[in-house]
Amino acid sequence: MGQIFHRSTNMISRITIFGALLIVGGLGYAIYAIALSPWYTDQNVTKEQPVPFSHRHHAGELGIDCRYCHTSVEKSSFAGLPPTQTCMTCHSQIWTNASMLEPVRESYRTDKSIAWTRVNALPDFVYFDHSIHIAKGIGCTTCHGQVADMPLMYRAGTLYMSWCLDCHRQPEKNVRPKSEVFNPFYQPPSKDHPVKVEDGTEFADQTAMGNYLVKEYHIQSLQSCSTCHR
Amino acid sequence: MASEGSPKSIAAVNQPEPLLGPGHTFASVTDQISSIVLTRPTTPGWVFGFAIGFGLLMLLNLVVTMLMIKGVGIWGIRVPTAWGFAIVNFVWWIGIGHAGTLISAILLLLHQKWRTSINRFAEAMTIFAVMCAGMFPLLHMGRPWMFYYMMPLPNPMWLWPQFRSPLVWDVFAVSTYFTVSLLFWFVGLIPDLATLRDRATSKAGKIIYGIFSMGWRGSAIHWHRYETASVLLAGLATPLVLSVHTVVSFDFTIAIVPGWHTTIFPPYFVAGAIYSGFAMVLTLAIPIRRFYHLEDLVTKRHLDIMAKVMLATGLIVAYGYIFEAFIVLYSGNQYERFMLMNRIKGPYAPIYWMLIACNIVIPQTLWFGKFRRNIAWLFFISLVVNTGMWLERFVIIVISLSRDFMPSSWGMYYPTRWDWATYAGTFGLFFTLFFLFIRFLPMISIVEMRSLVHETGEEQPHS
Repeated sequence: MGQIFHRSTNMISRITIFGALLIVGGLGYAIYAIALSPWYTDQNVTKEQPVPFSHRHHAGELGIDCRYCHTSVEKSSFAGLPPTQTCMTCHSQIWTNASMLEPVRESYRTDKSIAWTRVNALPDFVYFDHSIHIAKGIGCTTCHGQVADMPLMYRAGTLYMSWCLDCHRQPEKNVRPKSEVFNPFYQPPSKDHPVKVEDGTEFADQTAMGNYLVKEYHIQSLQSCSTCHR
Repeated sequence: MASEGSPKSIAAVNQPEPLLGPGHTFASVTDQISSIVLTRPTTPGWVFGFAIGFGLLMLLNLVVTMLMIKGVGIWGIRVPTAWGFAIVNFVWWIGIGHAGTLISAILLLLHQKWRTSINRFAEAMTIFAVMCAGMFPLLHMGRPWMFYYMMPLPNPMWLWPQFRSPLVWDVFAVSTYFTVSLLFWFVGLIPDLATLRDRATSKAGKIIYGIFSMGWRGSAIHWHRYETASVLLAGLATPLVLSVHTVVSFDFTIAIVPGWHTTIFPPYFVAGAIYSGFAMVLTLAIPIRRFYHLEDLVTKRHLDIMAKVMLATGLIVAYGYIFEAFIVLYSGNQYERFMLMNRIKGPYAPIYWMLIACNIVIPQTLWFGKFRRNIAWLFFISLVVNTGMWLERFVIIVISLSRDFMPSSWGMYYPTRWDWATYAGTFGLFFTLFFLFIRFLPMISIVEMRSLVHETGEEQPHS
C-alpha cells in the first residue's frame, strides 16, 4: 500500500501548524495597523478647500483669536464656520483684488456660502458639545492640533471614540487654565516653562496642575454611553 | 435459568449482561464499524432522513434571512416577555450537549467501560447541539452582524463587553465548550480516520481521510501521545460539563425576577442538562443500533445503564422542583408565593402540569427493569424527557417573565410561526450534520471497541 501523500507534506504541515499562530497574530497586527493608519482615519491629511485659507497666516502670524471666526464656540455645541462677511471685514480693505480671494468676493456678491470641506466632523450618532469643553479648560489646540502652524487645515486626531475616551478617562492629562484656552501657542507646563493658574499657583508638571484644575473646575468627565449617544 | 443451586448457574445469573456481543475479535469489530462508512451503500432510509434534515436546514436558512431583514419582531417576544423561544431553545440545546461530554470525558476518567460504544456519537451529538444552541444567542440580537461586540477584541472605541454580565460569560463558556469538545472528539477520531484511510478504496476517500488522520502511523509513540492527549482533554472537558450549564443558569439567577433568582439553579440546571442529554443519546442510539445492526456493540446493557442515569438525574431535577416549592413556603415572600401559584393555576398552568408529568411522573417507570429493557418504551421515555426538559425551560423563562412584580406590567407570550420555524430549523441543522456524520465517519469508536474486545476477552472463559 503506497503512500498517499508526498514526503513534503510533513514539512508543509509542520510549518502551517506551528506557523499558524504567527500568521494569525500577523494578520491581527496588520488589521490594527491599518485601522490606525492615516489612510483609514485621514489623520494629518490636508484637505483641499475652495479657497486655500491659511490658519498659519491668520491665527499664527496675524494673531487673530479663534473666536473671531468661530463665534459660537463658547455658547453652542457647534463652533461655527464664519460667514463670508467675516472674511470681508478685512478683505474689503486689503488684498481686495487678489485672484486667490476671487471665490470669497464671488460668494459675497452672490450671497452663496463658500463650500468649505469639513475636516473635523463626528458621525451623526455622536452628540458633541464644544461649549462645555471650552468652559472646563480644554483648549482649542488640545483637540485640533497646532492650528496656528497649519498652512492648510488637517485633522490632528483620529476622532475615534477611543481618542475621546482617553481624555475623558484622564482629564488631568489635558486640562489647561481657562485663560489659556484660546492661546494657540500654549505649551503644557514643564520644569523650564511652568504655568500659572488663575489664583497664582504655579505648576511645573501637567499631572499636578491637571489634578488641581479638575477639582477647581469641577470637571466630572462623564463616561456613560448616553453622555454622547443620546 | 432452569437449574438453581449449582454454583455455576448462580454465577451465571449474577453476571451482568455483557457490554459486547459474543464472538467479536479485533478484526470483526473494525470491519463492522468501518464497513458502514466504506462499503455499505447509501440506503434510501439514509437519504430520506437526510432529506428531511436538509429540508429543515433550508427552512432555517429562510428564517435567518427573515430575521436579518425584518428583525426579531417576527418572533412573539414583546414586553414583558423579551425572552421567548430563542432562549428556551438555546438552553435546551446546550443542555443536551452536556451528556456527550460527560460520557466521553468524565466516564473516561472514571474508567467506565460502558462508555466505549456510545461515546463517539454522543460527543458528535454534543458538538452539533452546541452549534444549534450557538445560533440562538446570535440570532436573538437586534443586529446579529455585530455579534463580535460580545468578544473582547481591541477596537477603536476602547469599549469592552460588560464582563459583569452572564451574557458575556456565556460567550466564553459556550465557545470554550465547543472548542474543547471539538478538539476532544477530533483527537479521538484520529486513529479511526487512519483506519478508514487505510481501508478506503476511492482516491477521494484516501486523500480526505488521509488529511484528517494527521499522518497517524499507529506507532507506540503515537498511541502514547493519543492516550495522554485524551486524558488531558478529558480533564479539561470535565469541569466544563459542570461549569458551562452553571454559567447558562447564571443568565437567570442574577436577575431579580421571582422564579429566576434562586441559588438552586446551577446544580439543578446541570442535572437537568445531563437528564435531557442522556434522553437525546437514547433517542439517537436506539434507531442507530436498529438500522445499522449494532445491537451487539450498543447492547441492552448500555441502554439499561443509560436509563438508570436518566432516572437518577431525573430524581435530582425532581428534587429541584420540590425545593423551589419549599423555598416559596419557607421564605414567606409574597412574590415567590405568587410565582408558584401562577405556575400551578395561572394562564400557562397546563404547560406546568405537562412538565411535571413528563419530567417527574412518567420517567418513574424506569425504576422497573421491565420498562428499562423494553426498547420501544425507552425510546418513548427519551422523547418524553426531552419534551419535558424543553417545557421546563419554557416554564422558567416565559412564565416568570410574563408575570413578575407589578401586575400593570404583566403580559402574555404567544409564539409565532417564525418561533416554531426557527426551532424546527435548528433540528434541520442538527440532523443534517448528524446524518452526514453517520454516513462519513465511524459512529462508534473503533479504537475503544478493540480495547473492549481485548478486555472482555480476558474476562470471558474460553468456550
